[in-house]
Amino acid sequence: MKFIIAAIKPFKLEEVREALTAIGVRGLMVTEIKGFGAQSGHTEIYRGAEYAVNYVPKVKLEIAVSDGLADQVAETLQRVARTGKIGDGKVFVLDLEQALRVRTGEAGDDAL
Amino acid sequence: MKLKKSLAMAPAAIFAPILAHAQEAPVAEGAFASVEALGALNVEMVFIFNTLLFLLGGILVFWMAAGFTMLEAGFVRSKNVTIQLSKNVGLFAIAAVLYYLIGFNLMYPGEGWLVDGWLGTPGPAVLEAVGITAAGAVDVGYASVGSDFFFQLMFCATTASIVSGTLAERIRLNAFFVFVVVLTALVYPVQASWTWGGGFLDAAGFSDFAGSTIVHSVGGWAALVGALVLGPRIGKYGADGKVNPIPGSNLALATLGMFILWMGWFGFNGASQLAMGTISDVADVSRIFANTNAAAAAGALAALILTQMLFGKADLTLMLNGALGGLVAITAEPLTPGLGMATLIGAIGGGIVVFAVPLLDRLRIDDVVGAVPVHLFAGIWGTLAVVLTNDGASIGAQLYGIVVIGGFVVITTGITWLAIKAVMGLRVAPEAEVSGLDKTELGMDAYPEFTRG
Repeated sequence: MKFIIAAIKPFKLEEVREALTAIGVRGLMVTEIKGFGAQSGHTEIYRGAEYAVNYVPKVKLEIAVSDGLADQVAETLQRVARTGKIGDGKVFVLDLEQALRVRTGEAGDDAL
Repeated sequence: MKLKKSLAMAPAAIFAPILAHAQEAPVAEGAFASVEALGALNVEMVFIFNTLLFLLGGILVFWMAAGFTMLEAGFVRSKNVTIQLSKNVGLFAIAAVLYYLIGFNLMYPGEGWLVDGWLGTPGPAVLEAVGITAAGAVDVGYASVGSDFFFQLMFCATTASIVSGTLAERIRLNAFFVFVVVLTALVYPVQASWTWGGGFLDAAGFSDFAGSTIVHSVGGWAALVGALVLGPRIGKYGADGKVNPIPGSNLALATLGMFILWMGWFGFNGASQLAMGTISDVADVSRIFANTNAAAAAGALAALILTQMLFGKADLTLMLNGALGGLVAITAEPLTPGLGMATLIGAIGGGIVVFAVPLLDRLRIDDVVGAVPVHLFAGIWGTLAVVLTNDGASIGAQLYGIVVIGGFVVITTGITWLAIKAVMGLRVAPEAEVSGLDKTELGMDAYPEFTRG
């Protein structure tokens, strides 16, 4: 099994979700995060004082998938979340040692 | 056309039942056709309308306490909201009790000055007995003592609430309350007696209709001195003059607070006419309402335009301050200006605020809500602007009042702040300030579901 962590632009979330469910992903987790990469922040003014906003809002996806689906999920994610401008994000693929379904106790690929 | 006709009939419709009972006013034949033939209200009716003005005005000024509370709650970080709410509830309560115990009679000694024109007689306020008739009224040509006391109490509480915003997020709760005791029992009533109590400033011709100096600058001076003694928040100012913004937690509450204050100000200025029993007086109250509104709008608009010009974007928080600055500016003379002049006075008040907020930051004076620019700076402007439209005022007398009251407040509050600092400590410990005063002073989060940990 693989665990895929991706940071993408927030407005791409629905498009990515639809594309992933179309190829067989049955669950994923979403968190709102801030981060920076090549896309640096900008300055704002509050009551006349300038300050640097170093972080940009992103959305983090966490998906557990079976080995067979992993490459397709990673490729779909990258293709659909892409806008071509800096700040598009990253996809990380990690090895997932074990997974359990809480309701039934099923383990391994049966849990995904 | 329709409107003129109905306005002419309205006084006739109101006076008809009154005239039926009036003993003195002669009713000529065809009187309803001529407004001039109608008599003035009798003494009892004048007393009632004056009293009503104070009661309604007092309710509106009381409502300003909610306005300040919401404004401050919105400007501070969420970890400091509960303590800010507590400060506002507490200061109002303290002001109310002390104004009853000492303040009212210090401020309005009547004939009983301890030092004539300078110091009244402290002592508890006493209202008129239950169920008085005209003969039992303390001043039957004015209004009931209860309404006068009620109304004036709200002004005392307003002064205290100005101070709590500036000093937010690092002052100890009880240290602040000790200061409020001194401010509301002594500082405010004594300096107010010099003008409104018929003291030496009144004799010198100083004119402050509803309190640009007597309420707002006094609060502003107390806040400024407090901020200097207290010091800025941790992390507010960096090396090389860097200013770090500390955004407020809830701009919706802050905006609500501003609108509540705007509404309350109609009572603050309007009821300061102190009379509503004649056409002249009620028309004056109407002028005051309209001028007050014009000044607030102009102040907000000035801030809207200036922030876009200076900073590239409109700044809501400065628009809120700008509207309030306009209101403070018109408070010294909301009657004599025309609508155009009131608009101009308010606009300048709002403009002053937009420039003063960053200026205070450059001086490393940390004013969390902008109370010093709004109440002190705009208050001074408003007090000076009286001479633009009020022939009875002179720039000399205005300056005299500003300087004397300013000096008095700076000295007395300076001593008080320093004494509190020495005896019990003013500021919370740095770790407490970073964790948030809600946790350390009160153990009570304002938004428990939304805070971390």
